[in-house]
This record gives sequence, structure tokens and C-alpha cells, in this order.
Amino acid sequence: MEEFLLRFLIGGAVVSAFAVLGDLFKPKSFAGIFGAAPSVALATLVLTVSTEGTSYVATEARSMVAGAVAFFIYASCASWLLVRYTFPSLAATSLLILVWLAAAFGLWVVWLR
Amino acid sequence: MKVTVDLSALGKTKWYEYAVRFVFGGIVTVLAGLIAKNFGPGVGGLFLAFPAIFPAGATLIEKHEKQKKEQAGINGTQRGRTAAGLDAAGAAIGTVGLLCFALLVWQLITSYQTWIVLTAATFAWLTVSVLIWHLRK
Repeated sequence: MEEFLLRFLIGGAVVSAFAVLGDLFKPKSFAGIFGAAPSVALATLVLTVSTEGTSYVATEARSMVAGAVAFFIYASCASWLLVRYTFPSLAATSLLILVWLAAAFGLWVVWLR
Repeated sequence: MKVTVDLSALGKTKWYEYAVRFVFGGIVTVLAGLIAKNFGPGVGGLFLAFPAIFPAGATLIEKHEKQKKEQAGINGTQRGRTAAGLDAAGAAIGTVGLLCFALLVWQLITSYQTWIVLTAATFAWLTVSVLIWHLRK
């Protein structure tokens, strides 16, 4: 329980810090870079190294490559829907999570499993 | 297009909007750990690049841009969504940096000290992302 609380606090703090950085910059296309910051990865890996060791973290990072490719597909689709078709942001970005899941697990099954 | 820092943007975000991002970030980090514990690091690792707070961030951008335009007497719905779309285009660029981060951690974490690898990988994420943004603008 203590470990999860620590994960929650560190994760929340790191994600918020990168989000605040993103708020500060203009133009929006530059600020968007911070939307793909390695915030969850940093919070998770720092804790995981101490509990599970570096080989475990290397395996996680290998899968993260597939997750990052899926994030690229997700963000490209979101940009296209929002700029070209002016979909409501919350609906478009929430529904596209399904695209991220399909791409990430598809890549994992084909390439990493 | 020149990159500028606008400190007044911090005041435009309400306390509960900061809280939402903190809670989302915390939940996703806990979930990533739980998934790795239950299904192994292979599946858990995918969620290290999960678009954790993206929907919340995009909604916030749309809302702020809409409010700004409406204060000027313009219907800001379309402008708000376009601004969120531009932010998403930037995030797509950032994912290329994120890919470099993951590759570096994967290849180096077993050979070098953790803090050196994570610092170098974070620096690589930023450098690659900013470089691609400059090349594309």
C-alpha cells in the first residue's frame, strides 16, 4: 500500500511538473512537446530500479518503444481530427485511447511477445 | 515562429485543473506499476508511454482558448479545438523524442548508473523533440 501511495505522489508530481512546463510555452505546437514528456516513465522507472533491478527496467523500456510508436499514431490522429474536423477535444482524445491500445498491443503481439 | 515563455499562463489555470492533472498522473503511474506486477514488465512497459493526461490537457487548452476568444466577442469553439489540435501535433513530435528515451533506457540501463541513464535519456527526449520541431516549422 505504501509503495502505491509513493507511486501516486511521485507520478502526480512529475506529470504535473511537465504539464506546467507545457503551459508556459508558446506557440501551442511547441508546448505540445511536453504532452509527450517521459513523465510516467521517469516516475515509474526510478522506483522500479530499486525494487526489481535493471534487467526488469530494460524489459519495460523495450516495450515502451512500442508504446511510444502507439502514442505517435494517437497524437497524429488527434491533431488531424481536431484541426481538420474540429471535433470536441475531450471526445476525440478520449475515444482515440482505443487507437493507442490497439496500436500498442498490436505492436507488442507482432514484435515483442 | 519564435518560442516564448508566458508566465501569466500559470494564473489562468484553476487549482482544480492542476489537481485533475496531478490525480490523473498519479493514477496512471500506479496503474502502470500494477499492470507490470500482474502481467509482467513486457506488458507494463507499454503503459510508460500511455497518453496519461492528454485528454485533460487538450480539454483545458480548448477551454482557455475559447474563453479568450469569447472575451474578445468572437465565437471561440473552432479556434479552441484548432489550438488543441496544434498542441496534439506538437505531442506527435514529442513522441519521437519519447521513442529515443525508451531506446536509450533499454540499451543502457543494465550497463550504467540509473541516474546517468535517465538524465541522458530525458535530455535526448528534449533535444530530439526540439530539433524536429525547429526543422518542421
